[in-house]
Amino acid sequence: MAEAIAVEGLVKNYGSLAAVDGVSFHVPTGSVFAFLGPNGAGKTTTTEILEGLRARSSGSVQVLGFDPWSEGRPLHRLIGVIPQDFRFFEKITPREAIGYYAALFGTRPEPDRLLGRVKLEDKAHSRFDTLSGGQKQKLGLALSLVNDPRICFLDEPTTGLDPTARRAIWDVVRGLRQEGRTVFLTTHYLEEAEMLADRVAIINHGKIVAAGSPAEIIDRLGGAARLRIVAGREVADFVRSRFSNEVAVEGDHVDIVLHDHEEALAILSAVQASRLPWTGFTTVRDTLEDVFVRLVGRMDEGVLKSANGTPGNAA
Amino acid sequence: MNGRRILADLKVTARGYLRNPIALFFSLIFPLILILLFGLIFANTGSTVTTLYTENFDHSSPVSQQFLSDLNQTHLVAVQVISTSTGNLSVWLGQNGNPAGLVIPAGFGNNYTHHIATNVTLYVNPQDAAAAGSAEGAVQAVENEFNLHAACGNASGSCTPVLGFSSQNVGKAIFTYIDYLVPGLIGFSILTSPMFSMVDVTSSYRKEGIFRQLSLTPLTRDEWLASRVAWYTILTFLAAAIMLGFGIGVFGAKVTISIWLLPYLFVGPLLFVSLGMLAGSIARTPESAAVIGNIITFPMMFLAGTFFPVSEFSPGLQVVARVLPLYYVIDGMNQVLLFQNFGRALTDFVIVLGIAVVLFAGAVYLFRWKGE
Ligand SMILES: Nc1ncnc2c1ncn2[C@@H]1O[C@H](COP(=O)(O)OP(=O)(O)O)[C@@H](O)[C@H]1O
Ligand SMILES: [Mg+2]
Repeated sequence: MAEAIAVEGLVKNYGSLAAVDGVSFHVPTGSVFAFLGPNGAGKTTTTEILEGLRARSSGSVQVLGFDPWSEGRPLHRLIGVIPQDFRFFEKITPREAIGYYAALFGTRPEPDRLLGRVKLEDKAHSRFDTLSGGQKQKLGLALSLVNDPRICFLDEPTTGLDPTARRAIWDVVRGLRQEGRTVFLTTHYLEEAEMLADRVAIINHGKIVAAGSPAEIIDRLGGAARLRIVAGREVADFVRSRFSNEVAVEGDHVDIVLHDHEEALAILSAVQASRLPWTGFTTVRDTLEDVFVRLVGRMDEGVLKSANGTPGNAA
Repeated sequence: MNGRRILADLKVTARGYLRNPIALFFSLIFPLILILLFGLIFANTGSTVTTLYTENFDHSSPVSQQFLSDLNQTHLVAVQVISTSTGNLSVWLGQNGNPAGLVIPAGFGNNYTHHIATNVTLYVNPQDAAAAGSAEGAVQAVENEFNLHAACGNASGSCTPVLGFSSQNVGKAIFTYIDYLVPGLIGFSILTSPMFSMVDVTSSYRKEGIFRQLSLTPLTRDEWLASRVAWYTILTFLAAAIMLGFGIGVFGAKVTISIWLLPYLFVGPLLFVSLGMLAGSIARTPESAAVIGNIITFPMMFLAGTFFPVSEFSPGLQVVARVLPLYYVIDGMNQVLLFQNFGRALTDFVIVLGIAVVLFAGAVYLFRWKGE
């Protein structure tokens, strides 16, 4: 099957709130897909609909060819899930938990290898209620692998974790991809999406506002490349006098918007010839974060506008 | 239903439970402390003096006077002579809530002197084991003494008893407080172990998302339920073994262990697992679940015959007791272990089974583990 997940026109209403508002996307088998969005964007709602934990209001959802809501039981044998805030029986140790899940699924994982994989070996015999947040999350990850799943769902797996624990979880996600598993990941950390995901969808207020590989999104929605010269105001004035490009002075550097790469060479040669002082240069592009902030900000403005517009219409 | 999964869940449940000191304390250790405590207080001393209301139809005879004064000497009973015009003593005792009475027939002294067999009539409330035991013990002891004097004191040397008593006791055995305590505390355990933890588990697993987590595994809700019922049945058997062992072994409780105890040990936990689940499912938060659970549990803890036989309650409280499901569990076990009154035991069991089935169906209907 080429597509692990196919979602078309997914809607989930809570009363008058459309928590998920017409979302469509496709996740190819074996890829890492990141759902990126601020709190309350609808990430958990979408994820849990895919896992068969919530019913949808409308739209079509196929996960490994199953309808998650009506065909949950066969689907659950093929997927692994770590909820946003993983909790387990308080007095049970990670090793026992793996034994329990193995018995439930009727599989025979090697508990020590699984715990090693999520770097939890040293806590194999500690009770769940004594584990730290990161260790609990790691156990969730280990448990989600007990049934050798074809798709792993991770809902904000690293939120609130320290950098070491976060890196450990990233390593596991990369490993999952190498093994050919599909990973569906939600996060509100841009670097995480940028680093791990083949494809990213940015969701806000229940709608996907951008989708594609991180590079594609930046290409499509990011600003143009800029030449940044570390120099003073006189260089800015010089460039303005000689070129038609947009120039801005910011702190100790001058930013020049480029239309193509050759322009950078021409500008640099001219500056060099002018003998004005400068100490370095670089070219900069928008990051995913720049795009994200711009999109989410723009969305919020739109909401504000329409909210303000309503009383005007009524008057 | 899959046995392997039920067993796996049972194992995890047992581990979690045994590592939870509070749960363990309430289901096994607390009842043990109670039986030791109450047993030591009530069984050894046997000391509460029972007032023995006596109609003496032979009040002029010195023999009857001697008989009554000897009864007082036992310190088990305090004789209180009442008017012979009181009428039916059994009725009078019942109306006045007095546990023991004695009728000495006319001609008692004369018969004794002439070696003519004579019975006094003892009225005891079989539900009031302590009073009944004291009264019967005292009368028996004094009659033995009189019989020795009368028969063995004469030349013939044959010790034919002259005095006897007919007891209006319903049961054959004489039950003491500790005997009632054994079924009472088994009932206590049947009630408290599931109620204290099922209410909490049902509501907090839902809040923490553990049920949703489990719903993503092949474990079904029914398997989970089966494992819980199995676990509390195991705890109940453990508690019953402890109570019977300590009751009989340490305090000499006069209970008859019978196979007919088993139905209660199976259906009792089912009833309270269901009730606990219902309370936990109805409540919105673990905190309100705890309150609902306590409102249901506490009256039963004291009023269903756990620590004190219901027959000793005031008529009003007895009515209250009969509303509590645990009453029928404990009363049924009393009928089996003490009175061997299997007719009433069966009635009790049918009631327990009926309540359990209704509650179980309600719990299964209301208990969801997906909920958004
Ligand atoms: N069970 C629910 N009932 C009502 N509203 C809900 C429920 N679950 C989520 N929501 C609302 O739906 C929106 C999306 O929530 P969620 O999917 O949890 O966001 P995210 O995971 O992206 O932070 C939020 O506004 C949230 O308040
Ligand atoms: Mg969320």
